[in-house]
Amino acid sequence: MTVKTATGAAAPMPKAGAPKKGFRAWLNKRMPVDEFLASQVTEYYAPKNFNVWYYFGSIALVVLVLQLVSGIFLAMFYKPGEATAFDSVQFIMREVDWGWLIRYLHSSGASFFFILVYLHMFRAFLYGSYKAPRELLWLLGMLVYLALMAEAFMGYVLPWGNMSFWGAQVIVNLFGTIPGIGPDLVLWIRGDYGIADATLNRFFSLHVAALPLALIGLVALHLVALHEVGSNNPDGIEIKEKVGADGKPLDGIPFHPYYTVKDFVGIAVFLVLLAITVFFVPTLGGLFLEAPNFEPANPMSTPEHIAPVWYFTPFYAILRAVPDQRMGALLMLIAVMAFLFVPWLDRSPVRSMRYRGWLSRSALAIFAVSFVVLGYLGMQPAEGLYVLLARIFAALYFAFFFLMPLYTWLDPVKPVPERVVYHAH
Amino acid sequence: MRTEALLAAALLTIAACASQRLPAAEEGGGKFGADWDSWRAGTSVSDLASVQRGARNFVSYCRGCHSLKYERWSRLGADLKIPPQLLEKELVPPGAKATDYIQTAMPSADAEAWFGKAPPDLSLMVRARGTDYIYQYLTTFYVDPSRQTGANNLRYPSTAMPHVLSELEGLKRAEFRTVLHHAPGGALTEEQVFDHFEPVAPGRLALTEYDGFVRDTVNFLDYVSEPTQLERRSLGVWVVLFLLVFSWLALLVKREYWKDVH
Repeated sequence: MTVKTATGAAAPMPKAGAPKKGFRAWLNKRMPVDEFLASQVTEYYAPKNFNVWYYFGSIALVVLVLQLVSGIFLAMFYKPGEATAFDSVQFIMREVDWGWLIRYLHSSGASFFFILVYLHMFRAFLYGSYKAPRELLWLLGMLVYLALMAEAFMGYVLPWGNMSFWGAQVIVNLFGTIPGIGPDLVLWIRGDYGIADATLNRFFSLHVAALPLALIGLVALHLVALHEVGSNNPDGIEIKEKVGADGKPLDGIPFHPYYTVKDFVGIAVFLVLLAITVFFVPTLGGLFLEAPNFEPANPMSTPEHIAPVWYFTPFYAILRAVPDQRMGALLMLIAVMAFLFVPWLDRSPVRSMRYRGWLSRSALAIFAVSFVVLGYLGMQPAEGLYVLLARIFAALYFAFFFLMPLYTWLDPVKPVPERVVYHAH
Repeated sequence: MRTEALLAAALLTIAACASQRLPAAEEGGGKFGADWDSWRAGTSVSDLASVQRGARNFVSYCRGCHSLKYERWSRLGADLKIPPQLLEKELVPPGAKATDYIQTAMPSADAEAWFGKAPPDLSLMVRARGTDYIYQYLTTFYVDPSRQTGANNLRYPSTAMPHVLSELEGLKRAEFRTVLHHAPGGALTEEQVFDHFEPVAPGRLALTEYDGFVRDTVNFLDYVSEPTQLERRSLGVWVVLFLLVFSWLALLVKREYWKDVH
C-alpha cells in the first residue's frame, strides 16, 4: 500500500479524496478504508524511542487472536457436561488431527497472555503511561485485564480435571463471603448446590461467547483511546508538543511501516518462546497445566494443595494471608481493584522512572518483587513461615498503592529533557 | 478370579530386590530401601523396545484390573510398531476388535466388592503422578498381615491394590523403627518410621530383571499418557528452527526500514 522511495522512506498513502480508480475508488466511496488506514496506521505517529517494553501490547493482541482461533477449533470437539468434558479433552489430545497442538497452543497461550499483560502493565508503571491524558486508556486496559481473569478462570474449569473442580469451588465460594446476598449469589452463579453440570455448561457459554465478545470490545476501545491520546514513551514526553513545519511530531514516526516491521520482530521472537513451550514443555512443570488436572473432577477427593494457576496466585496468597475468610476476600478484591486508582494516586510531576527519584524507583521495585514473591507463596501450602511471608509481602503490596500519593509527592525528580532520547542504530 | 489366584501365588512365592537398590544394600552396608523416595524411574519413551516390553507386561499383568480407556489397540499397535497380525494374536483379547479401546475384563461392580474401590484407569496416571511415583509404588510393596490383601505400600500407604507382581518380585518385609517426638506440651509421642526392607522370599525374576520389568511398564504408561509426545518433540525441533530463521529475517527487514530513523 505504501510506496517505497529510493531512499527507503515510505511515502504517505494517498488521502481519501485523492484521485483513484477501479475497485479502490468504488470501495472508498462507500467506506472510508483509506482514510481509516491513514489515520490509524500510516499517518499515526508513534514516538521513535520505544524500547523493548513496548513490544508486549502488540504481542498480546496476537495472542488474543491465537486464543480466539484455537478456541474456535477446540469448541468443535469439546463437549461441555460433567460426563463428557474430561473425555472430550482426551479425545482432542489423542484422536483429533493436530488436536494436541491446538490444545497446547490454547493452554500455553492462556499463560502467555498473562505474562504479556503483566509485563505490559509493568511498562505502564515504569514510564507513567497511566498519567493524564491516558487515565481512560489505563482504565480500559484494566477492564481488559479483569475480563481476561474471568475468561481464564472459566476456561480453566472446562477440562473438568480435579483441580478445575476444586479451584472453581474455592473461587465461586468467595462470592459467598459477601454479606447478606452471598449464599444466594453463589447458588445463582453455580446453578446448583455444588459445582456441577449446570456450572460447567454456563461457564462454557460465558467462556466462548460472552467474555470473548467483551474482551474484543474492550481491546478495541483500548486501541481507540490509545490512538486518540497517542502512545507514551520511555521518556514520558508528549511528542505532540514538538511538531515540525509539516505539523507532524518531530519525535514521531509513522506506525506503518516502522512499528509494523519492528513489532513483527517481537512477535517472531515470542513465537519461538511459545513454540518451545508448546512442543517441549507444554505443562511447564505443572505451572501451565497442573498434574491434578489429569485426573477427572472428583467431589469426593480433594487435591493435596488447592491452588489456582500461577497467574492468580499473588491474589490467592493475599486471600490466605488473613485468617478471616471474609476479610481475606475483601483484601483480595482491593488488591485487584487498587490498579484502577493509580492514575489519581500518582502525584509525581513527571511520568517516566528515568526522571523520577529513588523513592518512586524503590517503591516500584519493592512492588514488583512483592508481586512475584506473593505469586510463589500462593502456590505453597498456607502454613508456618509461608503465611508470615505472605503477610509481610501483602503489606508491601498494599503500601505501594496506599502510600503512592506520599512518596510520589516527596520524590526528588530530575529535569525532563525537551526531546526524546534516541540513539540511531 | 485371576487376581485372587495371583494373590495366592504371591503369598507362596519368593523375593528379590531391584538392581538400583542393590549396591546400597551390599556395598555401602546401608539398609536396602532406606532411600526409596529418591528412587527414579529414569525411563525414556523414545526407547521403543522398552515401551514394547512394557505393553506386553501391561497386557499380561495389569489389564486384568486396569483399563487404558483412551487408547485404542490399533493406536498402540501403530505407535509401537507392532504388526497388525501380531497385535491381534498376542495383545487384543478375544472378542475385542483392534479399533476398540483398551478395556479391562473386570466388571467395576465386582472390583468394588473385592477391593473396596474400582482399580483406576491408567491412561493418564503418569501425567497425574509422574513416572517416579509409579516406579516407587511398584517397588515398595511389602508384606503386611494386617492388610486384607496381605500387602502394604510405602508410596501409597494402605493401598487397596494387592501386590500382584509378588510372583515376579518375591516378598519383602518392611522394618520400622520407633522415633520419639517431644510434643509442645512436653509429652512424648511415638512414631513408626520406615527403616529398611528385609527379603522374605525370592520371586521368579532376578533383582535386575524385576527392576527392568517395572521400568518398562512405567515407560509404557508414560507413552500411553501422551501418545503424541514423540511426534510433538520431533516436530518441535523444525518449528523452532523455522521460527528462529523467521525472527532473523524479520530483524533484517526491521533494520533496513529503520535506517532512515535518526
